[in-house]
This record gives sequence, C-alpha cells and structure tokens, in this order.
Amino acid sequence: MSAVLSPPAAPPVRPAAARKRSKRLNPGRVGLYAFLLVAALFFAAPLYIMLVTSFKGMDEIRLGHLFALPQHFTTDAWHAAWSEVCTGVSCEGVRVGFWNSVAIVVPSTVLPILVGALNGYALSFWKPRGANLLFAVLMAGAFIPVQVLIYPLVKVTAALGLFSSLPGIVLIHLIFSMPVMTLLFRNYYASIPQELFKAARVDGGGFWPIFVQLMLPMSTPMLIVAAIMQVTGVWNDYVLGLVFAGSEHLPMTVQLNNVINTTTGERLYNVNMAATILTSLVPLLVYFVSGRWFVRGIAAGAVKG
Amino acid sequence: MSTRAASLLRKLVPWGALLPMALVVLVGYLGTALWTLRVSLSSSRTFPNDDFVGLAQYERLFDNERWLLSLQNLAVYGVLFIVACIAIGFLLAVFIDQKVRGEGLLRTIFLYPYAMSFVATGLVWQWVLNPGDGLQQAVRQMGFESFTFDWIVDQDKVIYTVVIASVWQASGLVMALMLAGLRGVDEEIWKAARLDGIPPWRVYLSIVLPMMGSTVATVFVLLFTGVVKVFDAVVSMTQGGPGTASDVPAKFIMDHLFGRANLSLASAGSMVLLAMVLAVVALLAPVLYARSRRGSVGGHA
Repeated sequence: MSAVLSPPAAPPVRPAAARKRSKRLNPGRVGLYAFLLVAALFFAAPLYIMLVTSFKGMDEIRLGHLFALPQHFTTDAWHAAWSEVCTGVSCEGVRVGFWNSVAIVVPSTVLPILVGALNGYALSFWKPRGANLLFAVLMAGAFIPVQVLIYPLVKVTAALGLFSSLPGIVLIHLIFSMPVMTLLFRNYYASIPQELFKAARVDGGGFWPIFVQLMLPMSTPMLIVAAIMQVTGVWNDYVLGLVFAGSEHLPMTVQLNNVINTTTGERLYNVNMAATILTSLVPLLVYFVSGRWFVRGIAAGAVKG
Repeated sequence: MSTRAASLLRKLVPWGALLPMALVVLVGYLGTALWTLRVSLSSSRTFPNDDFVGLAQYERLFDNERWLLSLQNLAVYGVLFIVACIAIGFLLAVFIDQKVRGEGLLRTIFLYPYAMSFVATGLVWQWVLNPGDGLQQAVRQMGFESFTFDWIVDQDKVIYTVVIASVWQASGLVMALMLAGLRGVDEEIWKAARLDGIPPWRVYLSIVLPMMGSTVATVFVLLFTGVVKVFDAVVSMTQGGPGTASDVPAKFIMDHLFGRANLSLASAGSMVLLAMVLAVVALLAPVLYARSRRGSVGGHA
C-alpha cells in the first residue's frame, strides 16, 4: 500500500529503448489500432446516442435512425426533463431530485471522511487495545450484502426517529462507507513515519491537537481521493436512497427511475435521455475533471486487506 | 486526584474517538446481521416475531420457483459478467500498454461508464436495445431488413442484455486495475524474454498474467461482490421482466421485504447471499492477504 502516500503521478511509462517494437505500421499495429478503435466506439456509443436523442423531437425519434444527428435541433427535451417531467406524484422535473441529491451528498461526503480519517488516525498512531480486532470486523462487514442489513437498519433508524429523513440517509451512508474510508486513512497514516507522531507527542500534543493541526493538513491527497469516491458513490446510490431517504428527499437516481419506468403512455425518449444525462452529470464531471485521482481511488479502495 | 484522573481521562480519549466505529461494527454490522439470521429462523411476515421454526424458511425458499430462477439468473449473469469483464479488461490493458497514441483519451473513454450509476446505465441500454426504435431498427434501416436483436423482450435471453450493459459499465475498471498491474511488472522480465526471443503474447500469457495473480484476485472479488448485490441495473433496465425472467436474488429479497411482507423468507434469502460471499472471500483470502502484505503489483494507478 505504499502507493497511497505519494500523490498520483502518471503511470510509469517504460523508457523508449526498453521495448524495441517497430512504430511503423505493420499488420500487427493495424490490428491493434483497429481493435482499440472498435472498443472505443462500443464504449462511446451509448453516450453519443443519449446526446443525439436528447436533442431530437419525438417525431424524429419515431422514424428510428438511432445514430443520426438531430435534423431539427431542439433543447425542449432538456427543459422538460429539468423542470416539467413527472417523477411519481409531482411534475416538477428532475431538478427536485438534483437538489435532494446535493443535500444528501454534501453531509454524506464530509461526515464519513472526517470519521474515516479519525478512525485511521486512532488506529495507526494511538493503537488502543482491541482496536485492530474491531477494524478487522469492520473490514469483514464491507462484504456483507446490503440486503442482509437493510431491514434491521430500517428498524434501527425508526427507533432513533431518523427513518425517512435527511439525517437518516446520511447516517446510513456513514455506516456503509465506513469500512472503505477507514481503510483509506489507516493505510495512509501507516505510511507516515511514527517519529513524526512521537515528536508531536514530546512537544506536548494531545489526541485532538495532533489530529487537527498535524495529521489532517498532511492528508490532503487522501482527502481528495476520499471526496471523489464519496461524491460519485453517494450520488450514484439507488437502493439506500430508495429505502431510507423518504419521499421528501428521494435522490435523483430514484426519481430518474420513476420518470422512466412508472410513466404510462408513450415514452418520451428524448426527455428520458436528457434526464439520464442530467442525473449522470455530477459523477461524470467529477470523473473528467479528476482523471487520475479517480482511478487512484478505485485502486486504493479495491485493496481490502 | 487531579493528575491521575486527568491522565486516565487522556488514556480514554482514543477509545472515545473510536466509539462511532465500535457502534457501527456492533450495531450496524454484527447486530443487524444476527438479527436477520434470527428472523430467517422465524415465521415473521409483516412484523418480526420471535417464534422458532428452524430451517423451514430455507426449505420454502428452495421450493420457490422464483427464487430458483433468480439464482439461476445470478449464476448465468455472474459467470458471463466476470469472465467477459476480466477478458475485455485484460485485453484492453495489454493493447493500451503497447505505447499506443492517444492513451489518455482511450483510458478516459473506456472508464467513463464506471462513473455512471447503474440506474443510468440500465436506462441507456434499455433505450438502445428496445427493438422498436433502438439498435434493431437502426440496423434494419441500413438495409439489413431481417436483422433481429430483441433479447430484451425475450424471456430466455433477457439476462444476457443485463450482462451486456454491466460489462459495458465495469470492464473499464478492470482495465484500469490491470494496466496498473502491467506497469508494475519488472522491466527485466521483458528484457530477458526479448533476449530469448519469446513472442510478446507468450510473455503476457505465461509470465505476466500469472505474476498478476493477486491483481486478478482483487478484481474478481470486486466484481463478485458486485454480482451478488446486482439490483439497480435490473430494476432500471428490465424491472425483472419480462414477467420474472430477469429476476435476481437481491430483487427477490427487496420485493419480499417491502412489497410482499414476507420478512422471514427475505431474510433467509439474504443469508444465502451472505453465505455465498463469505465462501468466496474465505477461498480467496490467502491470495488477497499476500497481496496486501507485499502491496507492490497492482497497488499503483
């Protein structure tokens, strides 16, 4: 896990001399590029289809021609998706879900990261007795399928008076993200020299001052990676929001599914596709902007050891 | 009293800081899992009750055709999804590793679906695959009048469409992890292989792939845990249909928890899922543990 400490760098590219392979276009290279091109088209096609469909009118869509560019370019579908389409009971568009998701994502990112950092800090430097056992059980808990926990957690949140509320869904996200967040920061702090911590102790630093003034500011790379993971993960969640958020706070993914799968009558594919893109906008933006940091989060989170 | 009490208090601070974690472990994970285990041994319907009926719910579960169908779907889906993701992901990683032009762009294209939610993924593919205005119609309009691709409305083939959408979504992730693993392979191995005149594809298959065993194991566990809880994609893409043809265990459980008010049967189902995950994790634990100790191959991205 040494990788966790260093800020993300470009993956090491082998020196040019290391593998002498002809850069001229021999049949092998042509085949290579052909394969990559076909693969790229397969991966890019759905996004392309979503985009062109969202700018077409329904008359044009009924004609078929899935891949054709819109002949009469219109943004009507986007307006309808954002502020008019019916999501179950109300017809105010997916913007309601958008702001619900924002309201869920912000605390569900900040809180789990802070708790995860605190756990990692306590586990790596203070090592209270028995804490490692606790950590091992927490990591095992990460493998428990959601369905095992969901009903008892309904009971627990109901007993706390938090079921179907914003604090309730935040608490649920805190619970489900705790293993990964704790793991990230534990491994990160484990790679910081213990001498640094001991020096701070000798200078009279206590538990909280060392955490807040020394360790947290040192954790910036990990804080960024964790934030990327939480924002995309919580934004893309469907099942937890469906069960725990309550009808007042349904996240955008749930409302999107309602828009498309519960409407009767003709399906407005242009509106549906616009709504789907709108729902994917935040995680896609995070992905395109963060680039390698995103990949690094996956790699760090993938190591459950 | 003051100094001793103060030092005792200071010793307790780290414990206090870990209190939320202890609560989550004890209540959030262990308590709830035990509760579900207990309910699965009762006859609870809408509300939990505390009678004890042994394994009766498990017997009923495995007499239930819908459950058996959903397990069968899960097996088909799981095998195809994992094999396809690993094969495509590895191929893409190897091909990208050949110093191709536009590596950054290609990586971005292959991985962006992973940033999208399962719901969005399912909805896009539902649109692409619907026979009326989707791919089938588009190909027919290109002149292939008899082209047929209506798996999404075919009871026997619908589960394959969920595989297609999921592979599209997740194989970029496999590519990213595999590429990191490939870049971690020692340069000396390539030099030695070239001196011995071994063709690159042999090196990849016989030397590099076995060296990446722990990366493959990590990828496998990641994909497998995803398979077991597959729910959003099915709900948004097919709603389990046509009929119950694309039903999966997670959907069966959610329906019986919230729609059909059969707590005990749903709990038995989720315990079966848990047992499957634990079995696989226990099987692979040695490989994964070795990886986290060494922490070299595949740790970089």
